[in-house]
Amino acid sequence: MSEVQLDARRLLCPLPVIRTQDRIEQLQRGDRLTVYCTDPGAIHDIPAWCRVHGHAVLEIVRHDEEITIRIEVQG
Amino acid sequence: MDQPRKAVALISGGLDSLLAAKVVLEQGVHVEGINFFTGFCVEGHTHAIRKTDRARPKRNNALWVAEQLGIKLHIVDIIEEYKEVVLNPRHGYGANLNPCLDCKVFMVRKAREWIEQKGFDFIITGEVIGQRPKSQRKDTMPVIAVESGADDRLLRPLCARNLPETLPEREGWVDRERLYAFSGRSRKPQMALADRFGFSDYAQLAGGCCFLTDAQYSRKLNDLWRARGERRYELDDIMLLKVGRHLRPRPHFKLIIGREDGENRFLEGYRKQFTHLVTRSHNGPLVLVDGEPGDEDLDLAARITARFSQGRDAEAVDVEIHIRNGATLTRQVKPISGEKIPSHWYL
Repeated sequence: MSEVQLDARRLLCPLPVIRTQDRIEQLQRGDRLTVYCTDPGAIHDIPAWCRVHGHAVLEIVRHDEEITIRIEVQG
Repeated sequence: MDQPRKAVALISGGLDSLLAAKVVLEQGVHVEGINFFTGFCVEGHTHAIRKTDRARPKRNNALWVAEQLGIKLHIVDIIEEYKEVVLNPRHGYGANLNPCLDCKVFMVRKAREWIEQKGFDFIITGEVIGQRPKSQRKDTMPVIAVESGADDRLLRPLCARNLPETLPEREGWVDRERLYAFSGRSRKPQMALADRFGFSDYAQLAGGCCFLTDAQYSRKLNDLWRARGERRYELDDIMLLKVGRHLRPRPHFKLIIGREDGENRFLEGYRKQFTHLVTRSHNGPLVLVDGEPGDEDLDLAARITARFSQGRDAEAVDVEIHIRNGATLTRQVKPISGEKIPSHWYL
């Protein structure tokens, strides 16, 4: 199981979702990805994308303008 | 038992593609969605930039559609490849800089490549004959099928019964009798079908999913090309056209003026790439200068910046000018009066 990070700060939706999708495509079931982003839309869009693909969102942290989303690859 | 046939549906986030995918899902076909990001999509992010819009619910409509359907959605970044479609559309533009027919051909071609790579059988779109003046006409439907290379693997479930049989119909993967014969601009048949499927709260995009259909956006894009002397763009260019008030006081430079905090914060990310101005004695916008301003131009830019600050009626406003890769100057200026800003400066 690996822990990887993705910097999607300053990208506007849907680019943070696309980068998340493309990164997860390279990961295995059980791997964890932490995405850092600043577009408030990502707080809805990345979890929605995870739901339709069956991945688990472990945590969403919002600190000022920055949003951190931890995902476990499951689909 | 045979594996179900597999189709990919082009999902824009609007009602038609939602219904088209649903009609095929109902026939037991495995459907996944594909959505293309061109850079010109209106979808979501302009709401994210503008603080005043933050109270509005934000959602990516294509993802919302996928959730309603219970299907996977693949979002594909086509920013680079799409430039050729925008810059050199074989079939020309619509009312603005919208290359709708070329766009549809391109997207169906990308979907065709996708199904060939993933081992899917056919493609679904929500097209309806007569729905759109440029791309959804009886005579353009075959153009899309042929030029995309999808040919008879392209199924339009909402108007299929007005069109020749396609491969999935001939092979019995879908029952033609359970497809539809919608035509024309009326939305009533789609709304009735949505009602039957129990869909509500769907987005009414009606061509509004792409900034290129917008007259003001197209004017700003044309202005950008004219000022640069060539037709090209990068993602940052087309993003910045969605943000702020754009004024071109001189042919060789324009100003991008943040209209509120959300836009100012977004423009801050571009400070290093542009000469930019901020007011110091009063609250005011962040202003980017796109082009090569001379010293007098900077003075004019400072006066315009002051005009859009809270010091607009003051005798003097302190404006900081940060030259790109250079010095920072502070000038005290009198805000330009409204009547000194001709309407043609506004893009």
